[in-house]
Amino acid sequence: MKSISRWFSKNLIRIYAALAFIYLFIPVLYTFIFSFNDSGKTNLIWKGFTLEKWSNPCGAPEICSALGNSFLIGFTSTFIATVLGTLIAFALGRYKFKGRATTNLLIFLPMATPEIVLGASLLTMFINLGINTSLLTTIIAHVMFCISFVVVTVKARIASLDPRLEQAAMDLYANEWQTFRRVTFPLVLPGIAGAALLAFSLSFDDFIITNFNSGTVNTFPKFVYVSAGRGIPAQANVIGSAMFIIAVAIVIIGQVLGSKRKSKV
Amino acid sequence: MAAISRPSGKVFALKDNKSLFPYLLLAPGLLWLFMFFILPIVNLAQMSTKTSTGESGQFEQSYRFANFFDSFVDASGQFGRSFLYATLATLIALAIAYPLAYAIAFKSGKWKNVLLVLVVAPFFVSFLLRTIAWKQILGEEGPVTAILRGLHIISQQTTLTSSAFAVVTGLAYNFLPFMTLPIYASLERIDPRTLEASGDLYANGFTTFRKVTLPLSMPGVVAGTLLTFIPAAGDYINANILGNPNTKMLGNVIEARFFKIVDYPTAAALSFTLMAAILILITLYIRKAGTEELV
Repeated sequence: MKSISRWFSKNLIRIYAALAFIYLFIPVLYTFIFSFNDSGKTNLIWKGFTLEKWSNPCGAPEICSALGNSFLIGFTSTFIATVLGTLIAFALGRYKFKGRATTNLLIFLPMATPEIVLGASLLTMFINLGINTSLLTTIIAHVMFCISFVVVTVKARIASLDPRLEQAAMDLYANEWQTFRRVTFPLVLPGIAGAALLAFSLSFDDFIITNFNSGTVNTFPKFVYVSAGRGIPAQANVIGSAMFIIAVAIVIIGQVLGSKRKSKV
Repeated sequence: MAAISRPSGKVFALKDNKSLFPYLLLAPGLLWLFMFFILPIVNLAQMSTKTSTGESGQFEQSYRFANFFDSFVDASGQFGRSFLYATLATLIALAIAYPLAYAIAFKSGKWKNVLLVLVVAPFFVSFLLRTIAWKQILGEEGPVTAILRGLHIISQQTTLTSSAFAVVTGLAYNFLPFMTLPIYASLERIDPRTLEASGDLYANGFTTFRKVTLPLSMPGVVAGTLLTFIPAAGDYINANILGNPNTKMLGNVIEARFFKIVDYPTAAALSFTLMAAILILITLYIRKAGTEELV
């Protein structure tokens, strides 16, 4: 008995963490299991196993056009936000200049503002200017809220670099541009990739700001939200599960490649 | 937020560049933020003092600052609820996330990276799908209600969804990774020698935790609570999906005034009040928590 209670108290924190993970994954597992449900229009009660939804994920009306829009918005805004945010991160991480504090504040404020305020204020401006909300206004909004997260992520990577590597390059007669291209940029690249992944997942999953600024453009989260009232088709579970599998695969491949490169050095 | 970043310990001399180069790097991004973040906030401020012309969707500027007061009084219940729910959700998330981050940072060995991926992984299933999944798991036809009723832990009439309980746990669930990651980052950065030193000085495990580990992880706790509290306070999705008419939050009111009632001025006034309240809270909190550089 004593040894059991000792094992228990020694591993208490591990047990706690395991329970936390179970809590995190219950809805994920539920979504996955119900993607195989042989259901009709709604997907509330288990009716039997089928692969039909996986073989035909576009089977529910409008779901794939919404998904296509989400990808288009996600890729475009990720690209723009990653470029703009990385430039800012290099300026903040590498240069002294006047207006640094103001810049930091301007980066921090969008992250400290609730999404509903960001969405509502942007829509107010579009209304005042007489601009109709569309795919373009959605992308504008997504770039706006992604930039700060890119800056913070890339800046952290730049700050963690060992300055001696760049000094060594300079000692070996590399000029500033060569040092940047051959040493600094490759070292910062994993941070930029991480920032892009973060920006894409924020954009792809955003509902509140999108709902304010997309007008009649449908996105995957909007599709899910609207169909929640009358029952979500199992195809939405297929797409959610597939996104989960793809994203985890990308992260794991990235980590394996990263650790291989590290062991080479 | 610097709390998420890793200080290298090595001081890198920033280039003292008198040229315009850093400004060229900043210009496109900051211009975007100016045009699509700052100017909209200015527009929001202008809209918040307008009044209706009588025609639907048409408003004129009349500098009616009473809009702020009126809308606040109208929505004071939802306002208080937003801050109460967000506070409770933040506390629950902290109670779950701190031990989780601690276990990943100190007890996971070679599994560390895998576990970190697992913390973020649920994010990739759309957050709406996960919230709706909770509704069905806890709902009338779901397994949890049936089991609890069968065991007579809850009465036959008690429902788990459509309640304040469901909204708060939904909020805590949805923002849990935002809490876990910064705490993990600050725990992972702790030099294990400081913990050994504490043990050498005859501190027991608990004292070491209280006097060394916890203070050193405070930047992560501060960043995590902010990243959880801010989106939770403005959220209306959880209240919509998991709540009932008596659990509506401020976000629900703003959304309804924008899209259903088409009363932009009071919606703008409420948005502005929410933003101001959150910024004031953040400032007080950061001062109190003593984390200077947060950006």
